[in-house]
Amino acid sequence: MAVLEVLKLPDERLKQASEPVESFDQELRAFIADLEDTRLAGPAAVGIAAPQVGRHQRILIVDVSGRPKTTSHGHLVLINPEITHWEGFEIGREGCLSVPDYTGNVIRATRIKLKAQDPEGKSHAYEMEGYEARAVQHEMDHLDGLLFIDRVVSRRTDLYRRKVYQKGGRD
Amino acid sequence: MSEWTMLTLVGADRPGIVARVTRALCSAGCNLGEASMIRLGGNFTIMLMVGGERSSESLQAALDPVAQELGLRLHLDPVRGGLHQHLVPNIQVRVAGADRAGIVADVTEILADQGFNILELESDVAGDADKPVYIMNIQGYCERTLESLEEALSRLAAKGISADVAPVEILIG
Repeated sequence: MAVLEVLKLPDERLKQASEPVESFDQELRAFIADLEDTRLAGPAAVGIAAPQVGRHQRILIVDVSGRPKTTSHGHLVLINPEITHWEGFEIGREGCLSVPDYTGNVIRATRIKLKAQDPEGKSHAYEMEGYEARAVQHEMDHLDGLLFIDRVVSRRTDLYRRKVYQKGGRD
Repeated sequence: MSEWTMLTLVGADRPGIVARVTRALCSAGCNLGEASMIRLGGNFTIMLMVGGERSSESLQAALDPVAQELGLRLHLDPVRGGLHQHLVPNIQVRVAGADRAGIVADVTEILADQGFNILELESDVAGDADKPVYIMNIQGYCERTLESLEEALSRLAAKGISADVAPVEILIG
């Protein structure tokens, strides 16, 4: 068990896309335990993704169960997650362990369906909404080398720019 | 001499103001801090933290040619830096109503009574010229409950002003 170093902007490694996990072994589970320790050591983070500690694999942890009046799946370890369906969108304010002293408004899908594997490699399907869905979308962006600052909107500008596909991408 | 200077600038909007002003500051050896730049009505406005060891007089001299050419008025004040200590809003207040004198004072007096610290306020006059609508969006920090704020603001309804209070929650991921 160990608290790992969190990469901070402008570390280029945060912009690197992560690879799928292929071996679901003890080493992976030990890393997940360290990742969770790192999440809990930071300022009240509801999620963390492996690339934030420099491991470019598609692994993330989300746990919004500490937030009052929130429907959630509790503590989730999502490996190789894929969103299969999303609907609705809403604006919410986000911050990030990798971007200290900055918060901004981001548009996320309100409801999502996703598939992911657990630390044993078993596949699961989830349906989620609101705060939990936002947290998962925030963490999944890390797996594609995106930070929330790549998606920040202001009321007056590009309100409907919902997707940023790649670094420097224009759509 | 202060480490930071607040540059306030206003002029008729046109393309290129930001580029010309910031290039002049860069050439004068200044760093830039936080900024708010926005078009208000037909005017372009800048509030910009300028860092460096230059005196206000020498900054003024560096900016004068651009200001004259683009028809900008500017003002410089020494300020404290105060960076890296962002206050995080926990409440958002959205206000809308038929435009009339006193809306901002009516709303913000109530907020001030509640100990509400405004961190950001933007307002627009929407609608048509003959039927203007005032829309204001405030974000700030307040230790009172949402219910207390809602209750206090509800008396504005009698004046035709709707004020919607919502929590701002920050998701840290």
